Amino acid sequence: MFDPIKVLSPSVSDLDDEAYSLDDFEGVDSRWCHRCGNNAILTAVQKLCAEEQLAPEKTVFVSGIGCSSRLPHYMGTYGFHALHGRALPVAEGIKIRRPDLHVFVTTGDGDCCSIGAGHWLHAIRYNMNMTVLLHDNQIYGLTKKQVSPTSPRGLVSNTSPHGAHLEPLNPLAATLGMSNISFVAHAVDWVPSVLCDIIKQAFHHRGLAFVCIMQRCPNYLPDHFEEYIKDPERMVLLTHAQGLQVEDAVAKRFKHREEHDPRDIDRARELANNRERVPLGILYRNPDVLCYEDVRAGVEHMSVSDKISALEREFDKFTVQPAS
Amino acid sequence: MNDSTALSELNHEQSSPVVAGEPQVQRLRDHVIEIISDSGEGAQKCGQSFASIAAKSGHGIWTVEIIPAEIEPPARSIEGASGNRIRVGSFDVANGGDEADLVVALNEQVLLGRVRAGALKTGCIILLETKWRHHQDPSIVAAYTSTHDKLVADGYRVYEIPMEQVCLQHTSTPQRGKNMFVLGMLNRLYGQDLKLAREQVAFTFRSKSADIVDRNYKLLEAGYDWVGDNLDLRFEIPSAKREQAQIVVSGNTSLALGIMASGMEICAMYPITPATSASHYLSEMFESVGGLVHQAEDEIAACAFAIGASYAGKCAVTITSGPGMALKQELIGLATMAEIPLVIVNVQRGGPSTGLPTKVEQGDLLQAIFGTHGDAPRVVLAAATIEDCFYLPITARKIAEAFNLPVVLLTDANLATAQQPFARPRLRKDWFAAPVDQSAIPEGEAPYDWDRTTGLHRRFTPGQPGGMHTLTGLAHDRKSRVAYDPATNEEGLRHRSLKLAAFQKTLTLPEVYGDVDGDLLVIGWGSTKGVIEEAVEQLRAEGQAVASLHLTYLQPMASGIGDIMKHYRQVMTVEMNWGDRVDDELIDMENRRYSSLAWLLRARYLVDVDCWTEVQGQPLKPRSVARAIRNKLTRG
Ligand SMILES: Cc1ncc(C[n+]2csc(CCOP(=O)(O)OP(=O)(O)O)c2C)c(N)n1
Ligand code: SF4
Ligand SMILES: [Mg+2]
Repeated sequence: MFDPIKVLSPSVSDLDDEAYSLDDFEGVDSRWCHRCGNNAILTAVQKLCAEEQLAPEKTVFVSGIGCSSRLPHYMGTYGFHALHGRALPVAEGIKIRRPDLHVFVTTGDGDCCSIGAGHWLHAIRYNMNMTVLLHDNQIYGLTKKQVSPTSPRGLVSNTSPHGAHLEPLNPLAATLGMSNISFVAHAVDWVPSVLCDIIKQAFHHRGLAFVCIMQRCPNYLPDHFEEYIKDPERMVLLTHAQGLQVEDAVAKRFKHREEHDPRDIDRARELANNRERVPLGILYRNPDVLCYEDVRAGVEHMSVSDKISALEREFDKFTVQPAS
Repeated sequence: MNDSTALSELNHEQSSPVVAGEPQVQRLRDHVIEIISDSGEGAQKCGQSFASIAAKSGHGIWTVEIIPAEIEPPARSIEGASGNRIRVGSFDVANGGDEADLVVALNEQVLLGRVRAGALKTGCIILLETKWRHHQDPSIVAAYTSTHDKLVADGYRVYEIPMEQVCLQHTSTPQRGKNMFVLGMLNRLYGQDLKLAREQVAFTFRSKSADIVDRNYKLLEAGYDWVGDNLDLRFEIPSAKREQAQIVVSGNTSLALGIMASGMEICAMYPITPATSASHYLSEMFESVGGLVHQAEDEIAACAFAIGASYAGKCAVTITSGPGMALKQELIGLATMAEIPLVIVNVQRGGPSTGLPTKVEQGDLLQAIFGTHGDAPRVVLAAATIEDCFYLPITARKIAEAFNLPVVLLTDANLATAQQPFARPRLRKDWFAAPVDQSAIPEGEAPYDWDRTTGLHRRFTPGQPGGMHTLTGLAHDRKSRVAYDPATNEEGLRHRSLKLAAFQKTLTLPEVYGDVDGDLLVIGWGSTKGVIEEAVEQLRAEGQAVASLHLTYLQPMASGIGDIMKHYRQVMTVEMNWGDRVDDELIDMENRRYSSLAWLLRARYLVDVDCWTEVQGQPLKPRSVARAIRNKLTRG
C-alpha cells in the first residue's frame, strides 16, 4: 500500500489522473454476512474515493459501533472505529483540528438515532464539512436482532417478540425538521448507481451532508425491504437539474418520479413525511449554511514565539512587582 | 464561642510598645480577614485589591472567595454572604487558615451567615456598617440592633462604622464606592502604604475615566483617614522583602494559563461548576494564542471531540468536574485502548450525584484511577497549589504525548477560586507541543509496534503517508486489526500496562516535610498540602515527632513511599473524602471503608494506614488537622 513515489513527489501523482486505484482503498476483507447491504455502501464509497482521487492518508472514516461501523476497517484510508453512538463528536474533533482531511462518518440506526441521538442533532447544527452515512437497516444487527428506533411498528425482534410497540422514528423527517440543515438525501443499497451519485454529491457539498441509506440485513430481516424493492408504488425518485440526474435505464424502474428542487424545504419535508411512498434522491441542499470550522478559525498555525509573547502580555496583567 | 481570649494571644507574637500619640500597634504573624456584603457591593474586588497590595509589600497571602449558593440571593439575607477571605502572613501562606480574626461586614445579616458557618474566631473584631441602625424600616432597625447586641454579648469586638454616611461626601452612589472606602480602612489598620493602595486603585480602574479614578482615590483616602481619626486599632504583619515578580491568580486562571503554555490547542468542555471559570478565561484568551474552546452538547461529546482532535493533531484537553468525569469514563477507556494522548482536568466538587456543586471535596481519586470498565491504565496527578495548577497541565500534556495515554489532572473547588501568589513563570519553548508529525511512515512499521520492555510505540497521525490503519476500541493486534484471540488480547493489555511502569521509573520521590522518622507520618494529596504542613508544624512546635508526605502522582506512585512509611510508628492519610469513622458502632476492621488514598496505600504497601477525613464542603482548617494528629498520637 505504501508508495514512496507518491509520498515524496506528490506533484508526480497530480499529473497522473489515476494515481490511486480502487485497490488503494481496500482494507482488510469484509466480514459482513453474505448479501449484506453494507457491502454496496462500501463499494460506493471506495468508488467515490478512487474517482475523486482522495489521498488515502488524507481521508478518515469515522464510525461508532455496529455492523455498519465496521466499514472503516475495510477501507485503505485512515479510520477511527470509536464507541457506540460517539462517531459524530469524534469526527468533529478531527475536522476542527484538520480541515485538510476528508472526513466521512458511517453509523447505524441504533448508533445514530438512539444512543447517539443527541450528537446527531448537534452535528447537524455544527454543520461541519463531512459526509455522514446512516446505514438504516431498521434493526440492531451486531447485537443480534433487537428493535431499533427506526423499526416499523409491529416488527418482531428479540426484544419485541410481540411486535414493536411504537411508530418508528423517521430520520429524514427528524433531520429536515431541524434548523441549520444543509444537505439531506435518501438512498437505498439496492440501487447502486443512485447510491453512488448521492454519495458523490454529498461529498461535494460543503457542510454536513446527511445521507440516510436503507440497508438490507438479510441475516436478521431477510425480506424486510422487499416491498420497496418489488412494489413500484412504494418509492418516488427525485430528480432535478440541481439535484440528481438519473440515466433512463435506471429511472424507468421507478413508476413515480418527481422533479424536486432541493432548495424547496417545504416539499422536502412533505416528501420525508410520506411513509407510504418513500423518496429516493436529494431532498434538501443549501450550500450557504455556515460551517462551524469556518467561524472557529482558532487553530491557526502560530509560531511558538508568538504564542509566548501573547502569553507574556497576559502574565503582565496578573503580575505583582515587589514594592520598590 | 464565649471564650474571651485576647486577640494578641491568639496570634503568636506579643504587642509592641505604644507609640506616643499613636494607637498601640499589635505585631502579628498572620491574620485572617473577611470582607462580606450582599453580592454586587464589590466586596470581592476590595478583598482582591487588598490581597494584591499585601503581596506587593512582600506578604504571603491566600484568598478564598465567599460565594452564596444562590445566584441572586435577596439583599440582607443570611445565606447571601458574598465576599472574600484573605489570610495575610509574614510567611508563605498556603491555606485560608482557621476562623477569621477581623471581619468587615456591610450588613448584619450576611455577618450572621458567617457566624453561623463558624467562620469567625471567638472575640473576633467586627467592623460593621451602621447605617441600618437609622433605617426607616423599623424591622430592619430591630434586626440590626438585636444582632449587634447579641454579638457584643457573645464577646465579639464590634465597631460600628458609618461607612455610607462618610462615603456620601464623595459619591452619590455609596453602594458602589463603599468597597474602596473599606480598602482604605484596611490599609490604615494594617499599616499598608497608601501609595501602593493608590496604585492598585489606578490599576483596578485603568479602563475608566479620570473622574472615576479620582473619586475612588477619594473614597480610599476617606477610609484611610477615618480609621486614623476614629479607631485605636493597628496591626503590623512583618513582611519579607521579595525580589521576584509574582503572579496573583486563582487556581482556575492558573490552570487556563498552564493549558495555554502547554501547547495544547483545543479544549472541549461542557459547563459545570466549579470548572467553568477556567473555561471562561480560556474562551476569552485561547484564540489569541492559536487555540480554541469548544462548548460541546454534553461531557461525552466534549471528551469525544477532544479525542478526535488529539488523534488528528496535538494532544487536546477536556475540563470538567465529578459528574462530567463520570460521563467521560467510557471514552477515557477508548483513549487508553486506542492509545490516544488526552488530558482530562477534573476540578472536584462534592459528590456523589449533583452533591455540593460549589463546594470542595476530594471524592474523585478512585474514579480518576479506576473509573471505567476493564483494565484502563492512565496517569493521575493532583495539584496541591495554585502554582501546580499552572505547571501540571504542561507536565500532563507531555506525559500524555510521550506515553500515548490519558492523563487525569485533579484540582478542586478550593484551588479553583483561591489565590496565592507564585513566582512569575519563565515561559519555555519546549513546553509547547511539537508540530503535528506528517512525515511518511517507513514501510513495515505498524501502528502499534509496542516496545516489548516499555510498551511504547510511535503514534500514526492522519496525513502521514503509509500510516493508514483503523484505530479501534476493540482488542487489536500490532497492525490495529480487530483481534479476539487470547494471546493478542493479553499482548495489548500487557503493553498498555507496561507504559505505566515505564513512566513510573521516571518519577522522583517527594520530600518528607518534618522529621525523617518518628511517631506519625501524615500522607495527603491535592489542595490540602498547605493545611497539613501547617498542622505538622504546630505539632512539631509542641515537641511531637510527626511529619507529612504529599503526593502529586497518585497513579502510578513513585518508588520508595513504602520505605518512607517504615520510618514511622503510624501512618495516617488526611483527606476530604469519606472514610468510615471507627467510633461508629457498626464499623470494624472487616467493614471499614477507608478514604481513597488510604485504600490505595493499604493495597500497595500492606501497611495498616489509617485515615482521618472531613467532608464538610469546606477547606480543611489547620486547627482541625492538628487536633486529628494529636488524637491519633494519643489514641494510637
Ligand atoms: C455503550 C454501549 N451500549 C451498548 C453496546 C452494544 N451495541 C453494540 S452495537 C449496538 C447496536 C447496533 O445497532 P445499529 O447501530 O443499528 O448498527 P447495526 O449493527 O445495525 O449496523 C449495540 C446496542 C455497546 N457497544 N456500547
Ligand atoms: S447482521 Fe445484518 S447488518 Fe450485520 S452484517 Fe449481517 S446482514 Fe449485515
Ligand atoms: Mg442497524
